[in-house]
Amino acid sequence: MTDHTVKAYDKELEQIGLKIAEMGGIAEKMLVDAMEALSTMNTALAERTVTNDPKLDLLQREIEDSAILTIARRQPVAGDLREIVGAIRTASDLERVGDLAKNIAKRAIKVISDSRVPRATIGLKHMSDLAARQLKDVLDAYSARDAAAAKAVWLRDSEIDALEDSVFRDLLTFMMEDPRNITYCTHLLFCSKNIERIGDHTTNIAETIHYLVTGESLPIERPRPPR
Amino acid sequence: MNPIYASRKRTDFIIRGLCIAAAIFGIGWLTLILGSLLWNGLTSLGLNVFTQMTPPPGVTGGGLLNAIVGSLIMTIIGVAIGAPLGMFAGTYLAEYGRHDKLSSVIRFINDVLLSAPSIIIGLFIYGAVVVPMGGFSAFAGSLALAVIVIPVVVRTTEDMLMLVPTALREAASALGLPRAYVITRVAYKAARAGLITGVLLATARVAGETAPLLFTALSNQFWSIDLTKTMANLPVTINNFVNNPDPNWKNLAWAGALLITLAVLTLNIAARYLGAERTPK
Amino acid sequence: MSMSSVTLPEASVANGDDAKHPVKLAVKNLDFFYGQTRALKGINLNLYKNIVTAFIGPSGCGKSTLLRVLNRMYDLYPGQRATGEVLLDGQNVLDPKIDLNLLRARVGMVFQKPTPFPMTIYDNIAFGIKLYEALPKSEMDGRVEAALKGAALWNEVKDKLNASGLSLSGGQQQRLCIARTVAIKPEVILFDEPCSALDPISTAKVEELIDELRSQYTIAIVTHNMQQAARVSQYTAFMYLGDLVEFDDTSKIFTRPTQKQTQEYITGRFG
Repeated sequence: MTDHTVKAYDKELEQIGLKIAEMGGIAEKMLVDAMEALSTMNTALAERTVTNDPKLDLLQREIEDSAILTIARRQPVAGDLREIVGAIRTASDLERVGDLAKNIAKRAIKVISDSRVPRATIGLKHMSDLAARQLKDVLDAYSARDAAAAKAVWLRDSEIDALEDSVFRDLLTFMMEDPRNITYCTHLLFCSKNIERIGDHTTNIAETIHYLVTGESLPIERPRPPR
Repeated sequence: MNPIYASRKRTDFIIRGLCIAAAIFGIGWLTLILGSLLWNGLTSLGLNVFTQMTPPPGVTGGGLLNAIVGSLIMTIIGVAIGAPLGMFAGTYLAEYGRHDKLSSVIRFINDVLLSAPSIIIGLFIYGAVVVPMGGFSAFAGSLALAVIVIPVVVRTTEDMLMLVPTALREAASALGLPRAYVITRVAYKAARAGLITGVLLATARVAGETAPLLFTALSNQFWSIDLTKTMANLPVTINNFVNNPDPNWKNLAWAGALLITLAVLTLNIAARYLGAERTPK
Repeated sequence: MSMSSVTLPEASVANGDDAKHPVKLAVKNLDFFYGQTRALKGINLNLYKNIVTAFIGPSGCGKSTLLRVLNRMYDLYPGQRATGEVLLDGQNVLDPKIDLNLLRARVGMVFQKPTPFPMTIYDNIAFGIKLYEALPKSEMDGRVEAALKGAALWNEVKDKLNASGLSLSGGQQQRLCIARTVAIKPEVILFDEPCSALDPISTAKVEELIDELRSQYTIAIVTHNMQQAARVSQYTAFMYLGDLVEFDDTSKIFTRPTQKQTQEYITGRFG
């Protein structure tokens, strides 16, 4: 697409895009760090992760402010309008991803002192890796405005859901084996839920990208693979 | 002060000075003419001017009644013939024939006619009407005046109609108005003040014309309202009286000149007043 | 941009809407010439009944020209001609035998600059009616009142119907012109940039009016203001260099146009 006649308009859209990329980078790192802290019992890393969250909140607010200002100033239509609405939606999804990652980091700080079954985090780590890859892919799709890549991410989310089920079963087993595991495993259960939610936000972003690029929404129901 | 700017300022001062001097010079003469006209005319103006006929030479008293009435008659007939013709022709130029070749030819000839010396028009009517009809007549005089009125009215009508915005015509056409209605009901209405101004200015112009009447209506010392005969009129009477040593005639000439000037002035002021009204509030 | 993207793919024309809204005016293979210059190139589109169709595009794209073909306004000027068909209820408007005055009574037009006639407010309305109908005074009063009410002007002028139409404000003058057009009961109303000389409040009033008129008329509006097109119309035609580039649902044109040129124009990237 060629440039706008008004150069400042391009600049505004570009700034918003850059901030989304920055948010994506922070959110991705928070997820990876939180999981790393949990599985390696690294309290310092977990604490650093928690302190990253306000940055994300601030960026989201900045993106919303400039998007609203651009709407008021330029009355965007068509692709520009979709771009800005897409940015607002993506920013809020990324902000939620950050919150969920922060929550994992906080739980990590709590459970590290009484880590009873380290092998319980293996499935969780696997799930988190998958979510991180999804997040990375969707951010790449965003910066490339690639609807097909976004749709691929969207379809892959069922893998995380499937993993969540198996993590759930594993944690249940640990709890039944020894009731002293219950507190620890419940925290991990919440972490798995958080990662699953991060996956959902990733699919939201994928849907946003698809609409942003094509103007068409993805279907409401995602085709579910047979269980 | 910057020397270049100082020189600019000097030039400005000189040019302004020249303009003011020229204006005073021109207006000064005009004031002098009007002043002497008012002085001499007012002293000679009496009720007798409006009630008595032109006197023979050497007699005291008498007036200009026959000349005033004759001038009125010939001016009215001249305008009555010339103004409608001019309006129709002007309407053709501005409305129907705006893009025609014929229009540009007519427009050019009309401009030539507009600036033609009036004596030539007098001579033309003399050759075309007076000679074939076998004598001077008030009718021929009226025709000569009409020929002077036509180009003035053609020009003002065309100009005034051209000033009517195309948008207004289109708006009227868009309502489904036939062309003639668009012109008479909308364009004429929009240009009304201008059109009347044009006619008034043409009237003022012919009211004081001497040369065309000299060859057509001549003049008449006596009362006559017969269009086929010669008829008294103010310009020719003034012309005759002023060239005579008789002081009574000279005084009457002053009175006549004042009357014509006042009439023309009134018409011009009326035209100006209407012209100012043309601009919509 | 390549020329191939200029030509209109059939698919981008809104189809299947003929059933929802009856076609009032159908333009078929319309070409228009100013002398030797081809100003419209094979235009095909429909104006639907009770629908506002907006025409957008950069200056000189032919949108105003197209509008002036629909009521044969171009006939006022020499050297302009149109070929193809413009069917008003199936009757070809371009037929040289058609009565232009009656056509223009059926297809009314409101112009860019307000053009009240130099007469009273009352006469501005009554004038057009008198052309077609001989009405007694009381009935005429009713018609004038109805037209002024229809143009949302009655309350502002009811106490000064004998004032000059020129004494009104710009926005009121434009609504007077709309009232004048409505008074002769046309079937189609063409608006040629009706708000370009008006302030925002007057513009809003005229837009509100256009939306109200929709229930009774077929409306076409040419506008340079794209937000206005988005606000008042149900269908939008984007024209460029005499071509109809895209014609579709307004909501679709302004959120996901199919043609690259449309997208570039409405988002302010043209040129």
